[in-house]
Amino acid sequence: MANLAVRRFAALLRKESLQIVRDPSSILIAVVLPLILLFLFGYGISLDATRVKIGIAIESNSAPANALASAFRISPYFDAVGARDRRELESEMVAGRLKGIVVIPAEFGENFARSPETATIQIIADGSNPNTARFVTNYARGVWGNWQRQMLAETGGREALVRTEARVWFNPELKSRYFLVPGSIAIVMTLIGTLLTALVVAREWERGTMEAMMATPVGVLQLLAGKLIPYYVLALASMSVCTIIATLLFDVPMRGSVFALFVIATAFLFPALGQGLLISAVTKNQFVAAQAALLSGFLPAMLLSGFIFEIDSMPVVIQWISYIVPARYLIPCLQTVFLAGDIWSLFLPNIGQMLLIGSVLFVAAVRNTRKRLD
Amino acid sequence: MTTLVQIADVSKSFGADVHALCDITAAVEPGTITGLVGPDGAGKTTLMRLMTGLMMPDNGTISVFGLDTKHDAERIQASVGYMPQRFGLYEDLKVRENLELYADLRGLPAGERAAVFARLLNFTGLALFTERLAGRLSGGMKQKLGLACAMVQTPKLLLLDEPSVGVDPISRRELWRMIEELAGQDIGVLWSTSYLDEAEKCDRVILLNEGTMVFCGKPAEMTERVAGRVVRLTNIQGRRRKLLATTLGLAGVVDGVIQGSSIRLVLKAGMDTEDIKRVLSEKSDIVDIEPAAPRFEDAFVDHLGGGPGGYSKLAEAMAIVADRGQPVIEARGLCKKFGDFVAAQDMTFSIPRGEIFGLLGPNGAGKSTTFKMLCGLLPPTSGEGRVAGFDLGRARADARGRLGYMAQKFSLYGDLSVLQNLEFFAGVYGLGRAERKRQIDAMTDAFDFKSHLKASTRELPLGFKQRLALACAVMHGPEALFLDEPTSGVDPITRREFWTHINGLVERGVSVLVTTHFMEEAEYCDRIALIYQGRRIANGSPDELKAQAATPSLPDPTLEDAFIAMVEASDADAAAA
Repeated sequence: MANLAVRRFAALLRKESLQIVRDPSSILIAVVLPLILLFLFGYGISLDATRVKIGIAIESNSAPANALASAFRISPYFDAVGARDRRELESEMVAGRLKGIVVIPAEFGENFARSPETATIQIIADGSNPNTARFVTNYARGVWGNWQRQMLAETGGREALVRTEARVWFNPELKSRYFLVPGSIAIVMTLIGTLLTALVVAREWERGTMEAMMATPVGVLQLLAGKLIPYYVLALASMSVCTIIATLLFDVPMRGSVFALFVIATAFLFPALGQGLLISAVTKNQFVAAQAALLSGFLPAMLLSGFIFEIDSMPVVIQWISYIVPARYLIPCLQTVFLAGDIWSLFLPNIGQMLLIGSVLFVAAVRNTRKRLD
Repeated sequence: MTTLVQIADVSKSFGADVHALCDITAAVEPGTITGLVGPDGAGKTTLMRLMTGLMMPDNGTISVFGLDTKHDAERIQASVGYMPQRFGLYEDLKVRENLELYADLRGLPAGERAAVFARLLNFTGLALFTERLAGRLSGGMKQKLGLACAMVQTPKLLLLDEPSVGVDPISRRELWRMIEELAGQDIGVLWSTSYLDEAEKCDRVILLNEGTMVFCGKPAEMTERVAGRVVRLTNIQGRRRKLLATTLGLAGVVDGVIQGSSIRLVLKAGMDTEDIKRVLSEKSDIVDIEPAAPRFEDAFVDHLGGGPGGYSKLAEAMAIVADRGQPVIEARGLCKKFGDFVAAQDMTFSIPRGEIFGLLGPNGAGKSTTFKMLCGLLPPTSGEGRVAGFDLGRARADARGRLGYMAQKFSLYGDLSVLQNLEFFAGVYGLGRAERKRQIDAMTDAFDFKSHLKASTRELPLGFKQRLALACAVMHGPEALFLDEPTSGVDPITRREFWTHINGLVERGVSVLVTTHFMEEAEYCDRIALIYQGRRIANGSPDELKAQAATPSLPDPTLEDAFIAMVEASDADAAAA
């Protein structure tokens, strides 16, 4: 009897694997989509404001004004366009071609000569994109501050007594790519674990193959496990591809161990697959399953996991909701394993949370997949 | 021999309103073919699922092999072969891989495998296609593969849910041959179908209608009920559709259908042939009356209280189509290629005013392609089509405005109410405000929509959907009506009602093009083109086609016999060439 069960199970696994290999849509979701996501997050979307286009209105015809203007021009953060009057630049900013304007007013030369510390400039930022606006103001302040100190030092005056120096650990260059790429691995695993699983099980209901399977002596648990294992392997394979590309192509460091990475991924796939199964067992329809998987799996993983938006700065209610999003526990683990190393004291509680959510989802999925049609 | 399945007082409901089955008591014996017969929605699939233990009855018990489905579903499933309606095949697995999967699931020992596969592949004629993906098989081949999968471990009970749907007559005949062979090996077969002619081939029949059991027993016992009451009117002078309408109006007539150039009538009990002859000779032209063999369908209609009568209120409300003195629908050398594949080749025919023309053929033969080219849904690769004098290539919109189209599956908006559907289609065909109101009122009156106008279309019974689909297709008074398998799966009463309307419309001068692989329906046609492998292989009236296929051993072939003979002859020609 045991032998029979093993053979049945092997047959289910073989069937599922053949289907994955032959079905272009599973290859699309498992290989092509992750690549697109990686390249989008790796190249296309960057939260760093490098080479932001701004205008400099040099209304003061003086040596310090010109020196300050060239400080902006050589800054790696800005692509600065000069003009003599701010009005020339305003229309450019309205048209969206400039993200900000730095105005060096006409009286700047006199003021600076009188007292370098109290001379002022004006920074105008395009607030329609708050992120960029914040970068423009912060970085422009930085350039201005650096230049001021430099001038004071050069003129042999008093050196500033206190100087602040920011130092960022783990990601010293503050490249957002470093945390976007691990984050996109979380998205890819959500897509395979939840979306793809929900779709393939719903497809079996739609095509009537589930009904034929149920009328054979195969047990429900065998049927479910035969679905899960191939997609678990597929998700891990996809994650490996992403990791290789991330480290080789995007120079993301891999400071932790591969072992830890697989343990974390496995812990995450438990709730992800459970959610996919639950969705398909309840909906039994590919279209509804896709909608449900995107809304309950993909979007929360994207928005509520701390992948793009910091959870600490969300409203309290949303923060509470984020506690039931499995990706919320995955993202810090992944970022740590890539950027810091194996810190099990951080991994273990997160893994525990993921397993807990997974257990709840699995129990619900098994309860909803009975060998019954009514 | 012990009874395989014992069904005792079984009822099953879904929700509060849907009573799928009411108090069914029946049995399935080994070594017999039991037909589970009834129109769509009769409860056939539910009863089968109850037998597999995939559903539980609300009341009553079902025991299979002496085991109760409530407690021993697993043990029952181990010895039951079940083929659900949608095959249960994995389309992206090859034929061989599908067989292997089911062999593993059913625990077929590895040693026996080669022999069993060889036998099943030989049996189903799939031996040449083991490496083909199941999704690439034709409908008939899929059914055969489904059957093979259900049989990998010879079951004691084989449950087949509508195995002959979407299967051409030739494959259908092969399926029957296989099933008869299995029944000879002491396997109990339950064959569900909505084709009433299949009931006659079964050893026993369970006839369902709207969830209740109409009959259970030998089909001959059912047919017996109308013995001596079935007659055929031949040698009809004048228009047979008009005569049918007249005879259906007679008090002594229960049911009547057109059969080629003759009419088949079922008479009321106690009525004898002489009575009807006398009545008819008073009313219209003299015709010949001869007794005909009763059919299962006659008995079913008789049981249901007879057909709907021959009067079409719809036809009455429609204007008479003017005679233009030219064909209404014309195909001249229509040809359609998809890449290298020739879907339809040199289709040439014309349909005059007030005639029904049928396109008959197996699935994938090219009848739908031809049909779609003629209603302007598919541009032909070469050749031309004309509707009401308009060239479909140049004046497609004008042509479309003069044709009515009824698609295979009801193409109504399920979320709209009956009235909203009528208004929508009236709008689509550009009826003016006054005309729109007049037509909607006429349709409501003709089809008795009044109490259902506000009801959501999705929840209507099948027969009502059928009426609404027809109403939407004819509201704009088309000269040409295109019907794509209009009555597959509906009950015989609804089918008769539908054809009463069509006959009435044809009498008003409407021309009809119909595709079907339903032989009963083909008998209503004036002429038929038999389509096979993209070509027209025969052409003529139903009687001419039957006469062509007559042989000394089969002097009075059915249209299905004729169809099969012609397709086989065409295959033989192709093999010789």
